[in-house]
Amino acid sequence: MPTADHARRRRIWRKTIRYAVLIVAAAVVLFPVYITVVDALLSPQQITHRPPFLYPPSPHWSSFATAFSQGNLGVYLRNSAIMTLAIVAFELVTSVLAAYAFVFLRFPGRKVLFFVTLATLMVPGEATIIPNYQTINTFGLLNTFPALILPFVASGIGIFLFRQAFMGFPSEVRDAASLDGCGHLKFLFRIVVPINRPVIGAFGLFAFLGAWNQYLWPLVVTQSNSVRTVQIGLRQLSGVSFSQFDVLFAGTVIAAAPIAILLVLFQRQLVAGLTAGAVKG
Amino acid sequence: MREASLGYLMILPAVAAFGIFSFYPLVKTAYLGFFLAPPTPNLPSKYVGFQQYSSVLGSSQFADDVGRTALFVAFTVPLGIILGLALANLAQKHIRGIRLFRTIFSSTVATSVAVASTIFFTLLNPQIGLLSYAFGKEGGNGILNNPHWALPAVALVTIWQNLGFTFILMSAALQSLPQDVLEASMVDGASSFTRLRQITLPLLSPILFFAVVIGVISGFQAFGQIDLLTQGGPNHASLVLIYDIYQQAFQFNNPGYAAVLSIALFFMLMILTFVQFWFFQRRVSYANG
Repeated sequence: MPTADHARRRRIWRKTIRYAVLIVAAAVVLFPVYITVVDALLSPQQITHRPPFLYPPSPHWSSFATAFSQGNLGVYLRNSAIMTLAIVAFELVTSVLAAYAFVFLRFPGRKVLFFVTLATLMVPGEATIIPNYQTINTFGLLNTFPALILPFVASGIGIFLFRQAFMGFPSEVRDAASLDGCGHLKFLFRIVVPINRPVIGAFGLFAFLGAWNQYLWPLVVTQSNSVRTVQIGLRQLSGVSFSQFDVLFAGTVIAAAPIAILLVLFQRQLVAGLTAGAVKG
Repeated sequence: MREASLGYLMILPAVAAFGIFSFYPLVKTAYLGFFLAPPTPNLPSKYVGFQQYSSVLGSSQFADDVGRTALFVAFTVPLGIILGLALANLAQKHIRGIRLFRTIFSSTVATSVAVASTIFFTLLNPQIGLLSYAFGKEGGNGILNNPHWALPAVALVTIWQNLGFTFILMSAALQSLPQDVLEASMVDGASSFTRLRQITLPLLSPILFFAVVIGVISGFQAFGQIDLLTQGGPNHASLVLIYDIYQQAFQFNNPGYAAVLSIALFFMLMILTFVQFWFFQRRVSYANG
């Protein structure tokens, strides 16, 4: 059967081409990260060697230790973690509380206040940075953790997302719960929050990434090492001369590692969080 | 009345934060725009009313800032979406090992703007950067110091950093397409190109629109990559609006000037966010309806 053979050969060809394109695309996407890891494991002499090394012939781990000791990376990572966890915790609490009030409580001005919440989505932090800097300065908070955290204790997107999720909750359940003498706070923390864990988790991860990756605001309000975040620490590190680039490469790897690990652990939730609202699902 | 007071109490933290760090500073920014910075820092700033607004917004520097910002958006958004869609399409088929490729294509979401910029800062370094070596540009001033290449190079870094997100978004969109329509077109014998142009792209158009709008918004907010790679240089070649605001406010001690630029940025982003929100609201109401 020559035609069946022909069709089979065509299928194999197509598959081979598809894999070839996939491999080339993957290599291009991965190359910058791969070469950074390789360079972090080369000595300064090996980094400047031409033609360049594309793998570490004898891994040189000391650059990582130097990045922690001289580059202060350990302190910066800790600072980023403190700032990020505080922002995520505040955003989750304030958003859950406000969304609950908007959905389950009746009070005058509810609609106006929800509109005010939505209006914050139209005010980007970049446009308000000068007075916010002055406010933080007036309260003597420059170079402190509160400076990094306070402007982000509430999130319009969080309130909006949680309100959408809570609105899907059958009101009969709330009525039944209140007949049983279940107060609002108990109802919120025993029933509403546990049931909405997926959306709260997805937003939490989204908020975590946003806070961890912040750049402009931490740059403006921190000058001292004691509160500097890892993103701004990298900026500091990139000022080294190129003979010390092994330390810069190692610092970059260290700065990227926590989020990379987090994403491997929470890949599904991340996809849900990033595509929330954009795609029906 | 207990219900009402509980309601106010639960909303208070969020509304207080919005008031202090969003609405008050917005009004204050507009107000700061009325004051001209003094020639020496010790003198008081001078009230000039709308004069500063008209002089700054009518200046060629402002027009250039907006032009460079628009150019940056034009470099990053279409190419970023095309690449993300191409990768998503490539990784659609369920073949052996596809999960590994999907993980690789989405991997750049793990990089922050600082990590991505530092990676390319070293790759483009004129002494030791591998990209400089590959392009035969080693030893010179470097690509980032070339007025023609600085902004495209920053755009390239941005596209790479956003690729993971775009890939995830486009993959989710492709998976949400009605499979029966696609299968019907395959049975009808439509070629893959015709299928893409006449069926897949029209079905994807809402999500493409969404990707364009958020791409434009994040393009207007792109700061870290400029700060780490070019600081707006060389010779203003990569001086986008947001970087001009930062320099005027925090390096040149000129808050009034920066405030005027901030208000301009606010209006541009407000319009874009409004479009995005209108879209979001519509999608959500469809999904619930």
